[in-house]
Amino acid sequence: MSATTAIKKSDPAPGPAGKKDRQPRRAGWWLPYALLAPAVIFELVIHVIPMLTGIWMSFLKLTKMFIANWGNAPFVGLKNYQVALDFDSSVGLGLLKSFGVTVAFTVLVVGLSWGLGMAAAVALQKTFRGRAIFRTLFLIPYALPMYAGVIAWKFMLQKDNGALNHLIFDNLGLPGDKPFWLIGDNAFAAVVIVAIWRLWPFAFLMLMAGLQSVPADVYEAASVDGAKPLRQWWNITLPMLRPVNMSLVLVMFLWTFNDFNTPFVLFGGSQPPAGDLISFHIYNASFLTWNFGSGAAMSVLLLLFLMVVSGIYVLFMNRRKDNA
Amino acid sequence: MKLRTFAAAAAIAALTITATGCSGGSDAGSGSSDGKTLTYWASNQGTSLDNDKEVLTPQLKKFEEETGIKVNLEVIGWNDLQTRIQTAVTSGQAPDVLNIGNTWAASLQSTGAFMPFDDAAFTAIGGKDKFVKTAMDTGGVPGEDPTSVPLYGLAYGLYYNKAMFKDAGLTPPTTWEDMVAAAKKLTTGDKHGFALAAGSYTENSHFAFINAAQNDSEFFDAEGKPTFTSDGVVNGISRYLDLMQTDKVVDPGNAQYDNATKAVNDFANGKVAMMLSQSNANSSIASQGMKDDAFGVVAYPAPAGAKEVATMVAGINMSIFKNTKNKDSALQFVKFMTSEATQAALDKPFAALPVLAGVTPSFTDNAELAKTFSDIYENKSKPLPLVAAEDQFESTVGKAMNQMFATVASGGTVSKDDIKAALTTAQEAVEAAG
Amino acid sequence: MHDTTGTKVFRVATITLLSIFTIIPIYVMVISGLKPLQDVQGAFSWWPTTLTIQPYIDMWKTVPLADYFVNSVIVSTVSTVLSLIIAVFAAYAVSRYTFRGRSLFSGAVLSTQMLPGVLFLLPLFLIFVNINTNFGVQLVGTRAGLIITYLTFSLPFSIWMLAGYFNGIPRELDEAAKVDGCGPMRALFKIILPTARPGLVAVAIYSFMTSWGEVLFASVMTTDANRTLAVGLQLYSTQTNVYWNQIMAASVVVSIPIVIGFLLLQKNFVAGLTAGAVK
Repeated sequence: MSATTAIKKSDPAPGPAGKKDRQPRRAGWWLPYALLAPAVIFELVIHVIPMLTGIWMSFLKLTKMFIANWGNAPFVGLKNYQVALDFDSSVGLGLLKSFGVTVAFTVLVVGLSWGLGMAAAVALQKTFRGRAIFRTLFLIPYALPMYAGVIAWKFMLQKDNGALNHLIFDNLGLPGDKPFWLIGDNAFAAVVIVAIWRLWPFAFLMLMAGLQSVPADVYEAASVDGAKPLRQWWNITLPMLRPVNMSLVLVMFLWTFNDFNTPFVLFGGSQPPAGDLISFHIYNASFLTWNFGSGAAMSVLLLLFLMVVSGIYVLFMNRRKDNA
Repeated sequence: MKLRTFAAAAAIAALTITATGCSGGSDAGSGSSDGKTLTYWASNQGTSLDNDKEVLTPQLKKFEEETGIKVNLEVIGWNDLQTRIQTAVTSGQAPDVLNIGNTWAASLQSTGAFMPFDDAAFTAIGGKDKFVKTAMDTGGVPGEDPTSVPLYGLAYGLYYNKAMFKDAGLTPPTTWEDMVAAAKKLTTGDKHGFALAAGSYTENSHFAFINAAQNDSEFFDAEGKPTFTSDGVVNGISRYLDLMQTDKVVDPGNAQYDNATKAVNDFANGKVAMMLSQSNANSSIASQGMKDDAFGVVAYPAPAGAKEVATMVAGINMSIFKNTKNKDSALQFVKFMTSEATQAALDKPFAALPVLAGVTPSFTDNAELAKTFSDIYENKSKPLPLVAAEDQFESTVGKAMNQMFATVASGGTVSKDDIKAALTTAQEAVEAAG
Repeated sequence: MHDTTGTKVFRVATITLLSIFTIIPIYVMVISGLKPLQDVQGAFSWWPTTLTIQPYIDMWKTVPLADYFVNSVIVSTVSTVLSLIIAVFAAYAVSRYTFRGRSLFSGAVLSTQMLPGVLFLLPLFLIFVNINTNFGVQLVGTRAGLIITYLTFSLPFSIWMLAGYFNGIPRELDEAAKVDGCGPMRALFKIILPTARPGLVAVAIYSFMTSWGEVLFASVMTTDANRTLAVGLQLYSTQTNVYWNQIMAASVVVSIPIVIGFLLLQKNFVAGLTAGAVK
């Protein structure tokens, strides 16, 4: 909801709203609604109504006894929420742990993806021979169908037969035993690395697009003034990319926090606690135990959390902009 | 110009969407009620989904010739089957007939979405007595009309490599202690005594059950309440875990074997001397190039003095969805699939044990093997808990064991207290869901 | 021209490390698809014992990959085209008109990006089932069901991106057209869309990739009749064997069309992003 506000405010152009007043087309008042109608219908059917249904389900005892006739499932009020938020019980504790893992995962993945994307965008900013090749290469992980990339990683991350351990221990000759990557504590590192591999090209792409709109003469002026590259980056590049960064970070945050595909394809049924991201956790909580009411309650909690964080983020960004 | 292109694209898109809408492939059985077409979901039993289709299609043709009923077959992989059944139950958009893992029978029965086989239904499919009692016991909650009937029988056996045993001067083990001693002797260099699917929660939960059963302990009491934390259960799991932890006869790498086939591969390639597998492993062993006479099978041994439980009653059952509009045809089809002729044709390709009383096993040409498995299935088996929460038992206890194996494999230790703590958590989760 | 040493070191190091990071999984995927089964079941090696294209032949038989391919192509193409058309109209309205509910619409549409898929997976399935019982339109287990699901998934981002792009097109252009007697729709088709081509390409790529790669809903909404590649690829691990070499071969085949398409159109994609979302 608030993301648009951020985007609109950041729009330097006077914005379309200003000029609207000139055309009080009373006759065609219905036209914008007609134009929006298809989008609204699809959004209602696919997003809004199911979401409301999901919220409704979170108040029901929707276990396998009732799922076949879910209209008759008993209403239990906030009980599903109580169980999910009771951190002394194993269900609540599991959700809390999964939430913690997801927060750490999101911070690392978004932060590092942004960093790598920025480094690559800056490194490829100036033309040199072969630049196009690297630009193309870096975009491949983003273009690959997500499951194909993750399956390749799954294959590589096996303990004894995996390419990664082969590279580290057999080729580079590091001492020690080959560790597990897909089970135990390293599962966290594994899911982070795979997610970064998939996400950083997107940051690279957006930042590269943003950098193209930075006029070259700004840099020239700066280097005449004798500014060091790092200062140039800090004083010129970063501020110029502010509008890009604002939406980029928010979008990456939402995607990463909701990431289901990476753990689902990478871990399948094994669900190691260290890689138990929250969407994956809720999916398993719903489908493995047939407890769809409780799963819906957890999803609603997740949604509330994301709304609060996004709202604060956008407010904060807009205030900073207004003060600047 | 541009406008026209767009209009054309829109028209094409509209056409396609209508066309795809109409062609709407798997019309979920309940649609047509003329009784001449059935939808059947088969589980993946052969080497691939295609292989299953090849095996089943001639039988379905035969059924159509005999009865005039056409069967629309869909073979569903095990990764999808549970989700697909759940969505079918939820929506009522279901096939008429489907295969289920027999361990899910009681859980699925509690959804009320499946047709109970009452006396009339049993008469229609040829009588309850035609089935082996062991197999029939898995049909549902005791004391109620079962909602499934046995289709293929399976059992766990301890597979051993004959040559490796002979070279080490060993005979096939008959007690747990023998087995561990043999495994230790055979663990040398890069070879290990044993392979386990230690990262598969279903396999792990099965062996948690079997080892607890050897200690005469149950996961659920008579009222269906979970009793995961009894000493017998903890000791049973601890014994199984110790194959990796203290006996060190299992390669820690097995902790990420998330399905049984990986252990089978190690066995067939001579990397391990023993493995635990269901009786349908033969075809994959053969496909890896290991000859039929190069391995033998004995019952999974219990410790001296413990109960001789070597397997749970594994296998595949058949269920009919309650809301089918083709009940009579569905019953005819179940009768056909569980007839002696069809069973004889299917047992071999799917390496299944007979579920019909008085039928000799035909899943292998090896008479000794057939005898061993029949003995295990009929005399040393116990059904998994026939309670509604069985599926939750599998996922919670199985996943807890995955983590224990992961801990052991990464160099940690899992004490009996740790096991008990993990089982307490699992039990709480089951209670919360109930 | 006069880069400092530090800059050069930074550039070379960044490019080298990121290239290695990017290439290794792709290389492993490609080379493992050319190995015999025994090779991928044993210890990893960077080069196969024998180079074989057998996996590329066998993979079509192990699972009906060709069928899944057709499903994916149809579902992704149709949902992309429809999503594009719908997004163009909506973005045009948002960008060029003030009307009651405008900000509510843009806000609501964008906030769907926050929705966790698990929240509305089962409800959506139930709604499809109800549509079937009440209107006789079969959506579960058909391509049509997937198409309308996926087109909606890409809609929010597409509208947002296109509206941004349209905002960047000077209003004087369509005002002038209207003065010349063009109606609002003519102005959209004759003036705005031709100018907005990079934006349209960007949106099309985005929605095609969204549908091509979706896993969660496909795993519940598909049956034999409409199974997409995203789910189909997981079927290579059967009861009796995990065909890693065929999985990798199939991954390559599944990836090639989309990677090539993306790389060919990436200039447009970047241009579309620059003018649209980035502004």
